[in-house]
Amino acid sequence: MTGLYSRRLFINRFNLVMSLVTMAFGLAFLAWILWTLLQAGFHALSFDLFTKMTPPPGSNGGLLNAVAGSVVMAAMGTLIGTPIGILAGIYLAEYGRRGWLAPVTRFINDILLSAPSIVIGLFIYEIYVFRVGHFSAWAGSFALSLIVVPVVIRTTENMLKLVPDSLREAAAALGTPQWKMILQVTLRSVRAGVITGVLLAVARISGETAPLLFTALNNQFWTSNLNAPMANLPVVIFQFAMSPYDDWQRLAWAGALLITLAVLLMNVVARTLFRQPIAQ
Amino acid sequence: MATLLAPAERRTDHAPLTSAKMSIRDLDFYYGKFHALKDINLDIAERHVTAFIGPSGCGKSTLLRTLNRMYSLYPGQRATGQIMFNGENLLDATVDLNMLRAKVGMVFQKPTPFPMSIYENVAFGIRLYENLPQRQLDERVELALAKAAIFDEVKDKLKQSGMALSGGQQQRLCIARAIAVQPEVLLLDEPTSALDPISTAKVEELLSDLKRDYTIAIVTHNMQQAARVSDFTAYMYLGDLIEFGETDQIFLRPMRKETEDYITGRFG
Repeated sequence: MTGLYSRRLFINRFNLVMSLVTMAFGLAFLAWILWTLLQAGFHALSFDLFTKMTPPPGSNGGLLNAVAGSVVMAAMGTLIGTPIGILAGIYLAEYGRRGWLAPVTRFINDILLSAPSIVIGLFIYEIYVFRVGHFSAWAGSFALSLIVVPVVIRTTENMLKLVPDSLREAAAALGTPQWKMILQVTLRSVRAGVITGVLLAVARISGETAPLLFTALNNQFWTSNLNAPMANLPVVIFQFAMSPYDDWQRLAWAGALLITLAVLLMNVVARTLFRQPIAQ
Repeated sequence: MATLLAPAERRTDHAPLTSAKMSIRDLDFYYGKFHALKDINLDIAERHVTAFIGPSGCGKSTLLRTLNRMYSLYPGQRATGQIMFNGENLLDATVDLNMLRAKVGMVFQKPTPFPMSIYENVAFGIRLYENLPQRQLDERVELALAKAAIFDEVKDKLKQSGMALSGGQQQRLCIARAIAVQPEVLLLDEPTSALDPISTAKVEELLSDLKRDYTIAIVTHNMQQAARVSDFTAYMYLGDLIEFGETDQIFLRPMRKETEDYITGRFG
């Protein structure tokens, strides 16, 4: 009896140590990345980053146009993608109990969720950029919205599925029409979770490079024209980091640090503000 | 009411004397291929309490859930036969389910407050079908809470979330929400099984008040409860209605041996 027990105790400890080691292994790389970023990027951080445009090689400059472009396109991508995502998520969780449409949509959404983002960039290039004949901020926003949609669909559906059917029955028992039940009872009880999903989608698209390479491309200058190519942090980082110029490389590190910090901040905010996935 | 006569007199009658609010005829129910209710015939008497008792899985909750078509929310569940209510077979495909459920309210086993304030919880159902000025709405909410014997406990915190209440209070809030819309029939599915004895007593008291205005059908696991609160009792087993009659007769002089075995605790 005690032999069996001490063997279990040993196995328990062994497994605990193994999981701690693997966790440390994974976290070490994350810490390494953050450390490298901080080391290289911290010196490049300056007030100029937010006040000056991307410079030609050899002169002083900042990342203002790239930061602004990233913010604009991420915002537009979110604005376009979120309503579609939430509505589709509602359909899957609330209306899709019968028939074949919901399972098929869910399957396709899962594929879209794991599709390489470069494919999405190429897709928008083919159906939009190629037809209108030039890169543009619109195209970039469309590409980003295509990344937002599946993420929001998935989180919205999962959150709504956490709502117990007893709450739906309670609403139905009062004679509540389904749309009203969804808006005022089920969606309302998982508000926080759905918003978390949107924030995570924003965090995800903030760092996407591939879809923007084929759509928004880049712009050395400030532009507020959505029909023109627009600068953005990921593509600027890509371009500057690959260049032979020291000052461009420094800016690339600064940009990478900025994005990382912003994404980190968004994740922390999303996870702490809305810790409980369901308000019950 | 003619039926509420002296007990001695009532025992001589086996069939309900009152007018039937709902008449169930030849009712069969299926979960997919599983035949859960078999040829049920039963009247729910107006302004009386009818209790459904029986061991787990006997179909008593299923029967209750046919009375407001709750089962229609789920694919694969269907009922055949007739349930006459206000001159209409409520099993007909043409019945407007929202209108039906506004007239046939339901309270569930577990409290199900909505994610909103206590006031909004009760006002929710009223607002669905009536457009009342604020003052009248306030009155209706207050009246419902008072009838559900919870007003005194919540009158100072109507703006607080309904989900912050205790389990017993939540259940009475749900009862208030159900009666606020002034349904004709109130269905209760084991409404006290998650409650402590004090809350249970409050809910039971409430039922005897409510039956002056409402027709009530209640599913319960607790036979003492059925004996205490109901006027008519139906004993069910494996989807069959074994015996149905006045509660006194069912509990004192059951006609079927199966009923007697269940009630005396020799079975179930």
